[in-house]
Amino acid sequence: MSKDVANKNIKLARTLLLVAVAMFGFGYALVPLYDVLCEWKWIERDRPDDIKKVPEVAYQIDRNREVTVEFMTTLNESTPMKFRAEKKQLKVHPGEYHTVNFYAENKTDNAMVARAIPSFSPAVISRYFEKIECFCFSEQTFKAKEAKIMPMRFVINPALPEQYKTITLSYTFFDNTEKSVKK
Amino acid sequence: MSAVVAEHDHHDHGPAKGLLRWIITTNHKDIGTLYLLFALAMFFVGGAMAMVIRAELFEPGLQFVDPAFFNSMTTMHALVMVFGAVMPAFVGLANWMIPMMIGAPDMALPRMNNMSFWLLVAGVLLLASTLLMEGGAPASGWTLYPPLVLQTGKALPFAIFSVHLLGISSIMGAINIIATIFNMRAPAMTLMKMPMFVWTWLITAFLLIAIMPVFAGAVTMLLTDKFFQTSFFDAAGGGDPVLYQHIFWFFGHPEVYVMILPTFGVASTIIPVFARKPLFGYSSMVYATAAIAFLSFIVWAHHMFTVGMPIAGELYFMYATMLIAIPTGVKVFNWTATMWKGSMTFETPMLFSIAFVVLFTMGGFTGLMMSIAPVDFQYHDTYFIVAHFHYTLVPASVFILMAAGYFWLPKWTGHMYNERIGQLHFWLSAISVNILFFPQHFLGLAGMPRRIPDYAIQFADWNMISSIGGFIFGASQLLFLYIVVDTIRGGTGEKVTDEVWEDASKHSLEWTLSSPPPYHSFTTPPTSIPTEHI
Repeated sequence: MSKDVANKNIKLARTLLLVAVAMFGFGYALVPLYDVLCEWKWIERDRPDDIKKVPEVAYQIDRNREVTVEFMTTLNESTPMKFRAEKKQLKVHPGEYHTVNFYAENKTDNAMVARAIPSFSPAVISRYFEKIECFCFSEQTFKAKEAKIMPMRFVINPALPEQYKTITLSYTFFDNTEKSVKK
Repeated sequence: MSAVVAEHDHHDHGPAKGLLRWIITTNHKDIGTLYLLFALAMFFVGGAMAMVIRAELFEPGLQFVDPAFFNSMTTMHALVMVFGAVMPAFVGLANWMIPMMIGAPDMALPRMNNMSFWLLVAGVLLLASTLLMEGGAPASGWTLYPPLVLQTGKALPFAIFSVHLLGISSIMGAINIIATIFNMRAPAMTLMKMPMFVWTWLITAFLLIAIMPVFAGAVTMLLTDKFFQTSFFDAAGGGDPVLYQHIFWFFGHPEVYVMILPTFGVASTIIPVFARKPLFGYSSMVYATAAIAFLSFIVWAHHMFTVGMPIAGELYFMYATMLIAIPTGVKVFNWTATMWKGSMTFETPMLFSIAFVVLFTMGGFTGLMMSIAPVDFQYHDTYFIVAHFHYTLVPASVFILMAAGYFWLPKWTGHMYNERIGQLHFWLSAISVNILFFPQHFLGLAGMPRRIPDYAIQFADWNMISSIGGFIFGASQLLFLYIVVDTIRGGTGEKVTDEVWEDASKHSLEWTLSSPPPYHSFTTPPTSIPTEHI
């Protein structure tokens, strides 16, 4: 191989290596890009900001239809808690305000920090399901053996398309004690 | 031509003596051989894992292995076959054939070539070592989805570092291939005269450079989520597991084309030789390959139709995916047109290639079915998916690798393989592969989920048939092992000519060299380029 070709090879290899490094960065750039797409509602994801801190809006109550809202409570992996909703399901008219109480208890003898993350099925519902008050997303501190009653107040926007008759709202509690201690 | 060969034979400083030759070699043929033998070994390791899976699924209920180990087997089978067998086998072919096909003496960056092979071995050994660790090997499926994958035991960081090593190895291999093709071609070898195998590998190499770092990034995020308190995918910390799926499939979809594009290249090389006709539509083949590569970057979420997307997203990914059928259809049409009115003969490499065209098309059609978003909700995560991607990988990529083996073994070794055993291997493989995978379509449509060690008794009959096909297919591959060993050791004893196959030297440069070729391929660039492939 002549010197000339060898130099060309090394130069090209360097350029291609740079491309590879840039693509590694691109993988990480997908993280903020994903957040932006979620914000634009290209991808449905419920965020802490979606909980309205504003006074209740009085919607025209749609008495002609009823939507069944089901509540699911899950514990992530082996989170040592008790967690349930006071009702398994609720029939509501769009535009009507309701409060549902959730019950959570720390089963351990130590203080713990936990966080509940909501999820909807079908996912597109999240934009019509307006929460006025919720325990989700924020870190909840429990003393040893402490039990809490946590209310969730919501309304279904009457703009909800007709075809959705059942909504499932699932909460998963994550044990965040370790992570919040290290922070 | 032979005068040129004889002349530089004397200048050659041949291979180093002894076993050390294989460790320190920078020769493209030695490294190609190492890659191919390693891939063959991993094909049997991954195959043995598949046999465990099929044995467990032979009957409903749990018979042989516990469910966690079963899940490790499905995961490791996939990882070993993708990263240890199919990809290295094609890199091995690239190492052997590209310098000979473009009239170069060797690869552009020979030392890096050696390093990328040994990093591959290190990566696969690291991955294999997780089988012995506390908590077992990764068992979350080859996609390594969080949060499930984060429950892996001690093996998690080792599996992740193994992915890093395999990624670095692939990227170095890809850089080497691009540099070789761009800088080392004989002066008369213009881009649009390059054999299709070289073209498909050039495009594949760009795919690899673009996607392997993204995968490395995704698994690094898994690593930091698990050990360094980040929350990329951890919902409790504000992350989102669905994000992982987007990043993974941004890598994952082009990755499956990394395994199929060189397959297309080899098929486009073999079919014209045995049809005794030029390849039909050479330039449309080049453009179709490039189009498929481009489309592979913009269709990833069709793997995720059921995770929740706005309707516009479902529609976009559905239509974009369907578009892939067009350039792929062009290719299938061109292969068929190449055979049309050709003076065909049916030696083993041609048989495997024809089976590839037929069976790959079937895999493509089931892919088209799954691209339809609303019906994909039925197929998602069922055996229908398993049947689909095995049709595009086993009777496509693996069959073409077999075809390549039969096609070039006489060139590589100077010996002829045993045609009767080759034909037997083909027929056993072609029949059993369909007994193995065709029933899985029915199982999937009836609702049998993937990655489960036990199933409802309604699925019993087809699973048993599928397992029987699997055992026949697995056993048949031992014939290939026998043929490889036998051919290296002298084969039929028949003296092979330089061009081996009738008029092959009109198609591509490697057939103008001696069989076996000299240690350094073309020390002086060839002046005339065969153009029959165009």
